[in-house]
Amino acid sequence: MSGLHQPWLELCVLIPVLGALVVRFTSRPESARRRSLFVCSLTLVCAVAAWQDFEFLRVREAHDPEDMMIWSIGGRLLVVDELSAPLLPLAALLFLLTHLATLRTKVREFSFARSLVSEAILLATFSSKLPWLVGILLAAGVIPPYLELRKARKPTRVYVIFMGGFVALLVLGQAILAIAPDNSGFSGVAVVLLTAAVLLRSGIAPVHCWMTDLFEHASFGTALLYVSPMVGAYGLVRLVLPVAPTWVLSAVALVSLVTAIYAAGMALVQREARRFFSYLFLSHSSLVLVGLETATPIGLTGSLSLWLSVSVSLTGFGLVMRCVEARTGRISLLNFHGLSSQVPGLAALFLLTGLASIGFPGTAGFVGLELLVEGVIQAFPIAGAFVVIVAALNGLAVMSAYFLIFTGRPHSSTIDLRIRPSERIAVLILTALILIGGVFPQRGVDTRYRAAVRLAQPHADLGRSHLSKTQETGSNIEPAVALTAHARNARPAQLLDPASARLTVPPQP
Amino acid sequence: MSDSLLFQVLGTAVLALPALLLAILGIALLVDRPWSESAIARWTEASVVTALVAAVGVLGMMLVTGDRELSLELGSLIAIPSEHFHFRLKFVFDRLSVPFVILSLVLIGTVGAFANRYLHREPGYGRFFLFYAVFLLGMVVASLAGTIETLFLGWELVGLSSALLVAYFHERAAPVLNAQRVWSVYRISDAAFLLAAVALHHVSGAGDFESMTGTGLWPDAKATLTSTQALGVGLLLLLAAAGKSGLIPFSGWLPRAMEGPTPSSAIFYGALSVHLGAFLLLRVSPILERSAVLCGVVVVLGLATAVFAAIIARVQSDVKGALAFASLTQVGIIVAEIGLGLRYIPLIHIIGHACLRTLQLLRAPSLLRDYHQIENAVGRRLENHEGWFEGLLSGPLKLRLYRLGLDRGQFDAVLDRFVVAPFTRVFRWCDGMERRWTDFLAGTGSRESDRVPASSPMVEEL
Repeated sequence: MSGLHQPWLELCVLIPVLGALVVRFTSRPESARRRSLFVCSLTLVCAVAAWQDFEFLRVREAHDPEDMMIWSIGGRLLVVDELSAPLLPLAALLFLLTHLATLRTKVREFSFARSLVSEAILLATFSSKLPWLVGILLAAGVIPPYLELRKARKPTRVYVIFMGGFVALLVLGQAILAIAPDNSGFSGVAVVLLTAAVLLRSGIAPVHCWMTDLFEHASFGTALLYVSPMVGAYGLVRLVLPVAPTWVLSAVALVSLVTAIYAAGMALVQREARRFFSYLFLSHSSLVLVGLETATPIGLTGSLSLWLSVSVSLTGFGLVMRCVEARTGRISLLNFHGLSSQVPGLAALFLLTGLASIGFPGTAGFVGLELLVEGVIQAFPIAGAFVVIVAALNGLAVMSAYFLIFTGRPHSSTIDLRIRPSERIAVLILTALILIGGVFPQRGVDTRYRAAVRLAQPHADLGRSHLSKTQETGSNIEPAVALTAHARNARPAQLLDPASARLTVPPQP
Repeated sequence: MSDSLLFQVLGTAVLALPALLLAILGIALLVDRPWSESAIARWTEASVVTALVAAVGVLGMMLVTGDRELSLELGSLIAIPSEHFHFRLKFVFDRLSVPFVILSLVLIGTVGAFANRYLHREPGYGRFFLFYAVFLLGMVVASLAGTIETLFLGWELVGLSSALLVAYFHERAAPVLNAQRVWSVYRISDAAFLLAAVALHHVSGAGDFESMTGTGLWPDAKATLTSTQALGVGLLLLLAAAGKSGLIPFSGWLPRAMEGPTPSSAIFYGALSVHLGAFLLLRVSPILERSAVLCGVVVVLGLATAVFAAIIARVQSDVKGALAFASLTQVGIIVAEIGLGLRYIPLIHIIGHACLRTLQLLRAPSLLRDYHQIENAVGRRLENHEGWFEGLLSGPLKLRLYRLGLDRGQFDAVLDRFVVAPFTRVFRWCDGMERRWTDFLAGTGSRESDRVPASSPMVEEL
C-alpha cells in the first residue's frame, strides 16, 4: 500500500468535524450557513485532492503518509482505493450543494452543524475498508438524523425500529464473523445477517418503510443526504461481496430487482412530492444493487457508474424539489402547479436531472444504464428485460412529476420566486457534471472498470478454485453453482487461463 | 483536398452543426441569457442550411465517385476493449440514410422558417427552438446512425422533443395530459428498442449494422441471424416502430399530439417523427428478410393500421386530426410495403408523403380561413359530398364504422382499462397497506403528507 503525498483523508474527516464545532457555536443562522459553506468547500477540495493524488500514484490502494499523520492511528485506518476514490469528492460535493441551495427560509430548520458531523462520518466510511470499522461508521451514521427527528419533535419510532434493527444485525453479523471459524455454518449465518443489515440500510422492500418515513418527518436536506450517497451499497461491497456465496448474490439481485420494480410502480401513484422522490430514489438505488450482484466486470462497471450518476442527478432532482418547497410549502402531486413561468431555471434543472437519472442519452446516466443492462443480461438474461422496464417506468414518473409541478396552469405571484444566485451556482455545477459526464464518459468508465475488476476478482478466484477442485475430485456437482453469475456463461478454459489476471468476459459467439 | 478528407469534413459538418445549434441555444437558456428572436432565427437558419449543403455535398460525392456507402467514425463514446464492449459513434451515408437526412433537413428548415413568423413574439419562442434543435439533432443522428446504439440515441432525442412540444402550451392542462400520453407510448417504444439493441449485441456480437446484417450494402445486405433470432429481435423492433409511428394499438397518441403548435405538428407527427418507425424497419430490413413470419406480421400490422386510420380519418371534425389519421393511413401502407419486401418504393413513399403532409399541415390554419371566406361569399355552408366508398356501404354498417371511427377503435380506453387501471389499483392498494403498517409501527398517523393541500399556497399566503 502506498502513501498519499498529503494527509488528505484525515483532513476530509477532520475539517467537517472541526467545522461542526465552530458552526455549532455560531448563533446567527446566516453566519452558520456561510461558515458551513466554507467548511464544505474546503472538504471538497481535500476530497478532490485525495482522488487526484490516488490517481496519480496508480496503485491499488493508498493511505495517508505516515510521517504526516494527524491522528496517530487514523493514517492506518483510512485508505482510498479505486472504488472509494471518486466517492469521496462525490459525497463532499453533495453536502456542499445541499448547503449552498439552502435558502434563508430554511436555515433555521436545517442544522448545518449536524450535517457537517454526518459529512465527517460519511467521508470516514468511504475511507474505510476494515469490516469492523465500516460497521461502526455505518452504525454511527444513523445517529444524526435521529437527533434531528428528536429535536423537531417528530415521530421517531419507525426510524428507530428499522435503524435499530440495522445496527443489531450489523453487530451480530460482525461478531459471529469474528469468532466463528472459516467455512463453518456460523460464517454463513454471519454473511446472511450482514446481507440483511445492508439490505435494510439500502431500503430494500419490504423493509423500506423507514425511508419514506424519514422523508415524511425529517427536513428534506437531511433525508436527501442520508440516502443519496448510497451508503448501503458501500456496505454491501465492503462487507458482503467479498465473502458472499453465489446464492446470496443471486438472492440479493432478485430482491433488489423486485424492489426496483415495486418502487418504480409506487412512485407513479404517489400524491406528494417527497414520497414520490423517496420511491424514485429507491428504485434507482435498487438497480445499482442489482448491478453489483452480477459480479461481472461489465455489470459492476455499469453499477458503479450508475451509482455516481444517480447520486449526482437525483440529489440535484431532490434539491430542486427542496427549492420549490421553500417557495410553496410541501408539494402535492394531485394537481398542476404551473411554476415553470416563475422558476424556469429550476424547471430546466428538474427535467435535466430527472432525465439523467433515467439514463437519457447525452447525460451522465446513459452510459451507466447501458452497461448495467448489458451486464445484467449477461448474468441473468430475463432480469435484463425487467431493468429496462424499470427504467421506462421511472421515465414516466419523472416526466409526470415535471408536468405536475411546473406546467398545467398559469401561475402568478406578487413575490419574486426566481432562482437565487446560490441556487443558480448549484444548478450550473450539477448541469455541468451531468452533461460533461454524458458527453465525455470514457475517463469515468475507465476508473469504474478498474474498480469493478478488483471487485470481481475474488469471485473469479472462487470460481477458478472450485472448478479445479471439482475437476480433481471428479465430482458430479455442477461447477457453475460456485461460480459467479457471470462465470456461469464463461467457458472453463477462459476462467482457468493462468495468463489472465482477472475474470474475462468471453467473446460473444 | 482528397475525397476522403472532403467526406470527413462534410459528414462531420452534417452532424456537428445541429449539435452546435443545440449547444448555443441550450447554454444561453441555462445561464439565463436568452438570445433574441432574430438571433435564434439566424443561428437556426445558418446551421440547418449549412448542414443541408454538406449533406447534398456528400450525395454529390457519392454520385461522382460511385460509392454506395461511406462510413464516418467519430470514435467511441465508451470502449472497454478487454470486455469487447464498444459504444461506437459510427455514422453511415448510404442509399437509405442520405435521402432521409436530406429530407429531414429540408423539412426541418422549412418549418423553422415558417415557425419564425408563426411564433413571432410568443412567450415560448425560445423554448420552441430549443426543442426544435433537440429534434433536429435527434433526426440527423437517427438517420445517419451506423450502429443500433447510435440510432437509439437519436431515437430518444426525437421522442423527448416530441413530448415536450406537445406540451408547448403548458399553461393549459389538456396539452400537458396529452404530452404525458405521448411520452408513455414513447417509453414503451424505447424500452422495446433498448431490449432489441441488447439482444442484437448478444446474438450478433456487435451493435453495428454491418455485423447485424452480414455483408453487403443496403438494401442487398444479408443478415447472419437465424430465423428464430430474427423473429425475436424483429418483433421487439416492430414494437418500437409501432410506438413511434403510431401503428395500432398505439395510434391513440397521434391526434393528441396535435395539441402542439402547428409547425411542430407538421414536422413531427405529419412528416418526420411518424415515419421514423418505418425508417427503422427499412434500416433493419435484412433482419426482416430472415423470417417469413415476421414479414407477415409487419404486413398485417401495416394494413390493419391503414384500414383503421382511413376509417377514423373520415369522421374527424378538426383538420389537424383528419390530417393525422390520413398520415397514419399512408404510414400503415408504407409499413405493409416494407413487410412485402419492397425497399426503394417505401423510401420514395416516405419522401413524397412527408413533403405533402408538411405542406398540408402548414396550410391548415389558413385553409380554414379560406373556407370561411368562401362560405361567407356564397352565403351558406359548403356541401360535404359522400365519397364513392361510403356509397357502397349499407346503413347499419356505415353507422357501426362511424362509431368505431368516433371512438378511435377504443384503443386508448382498452389500454386505460386493462393496463393502466389495474396497475394503478395494485400499487394504490400497496400504498394503503404501507400506510397501515407504518401507522401501526409509529402508533399514530404516520403521514404528514396527507395534510398537504392539493393546491399548495404561494409564498405570500404562507
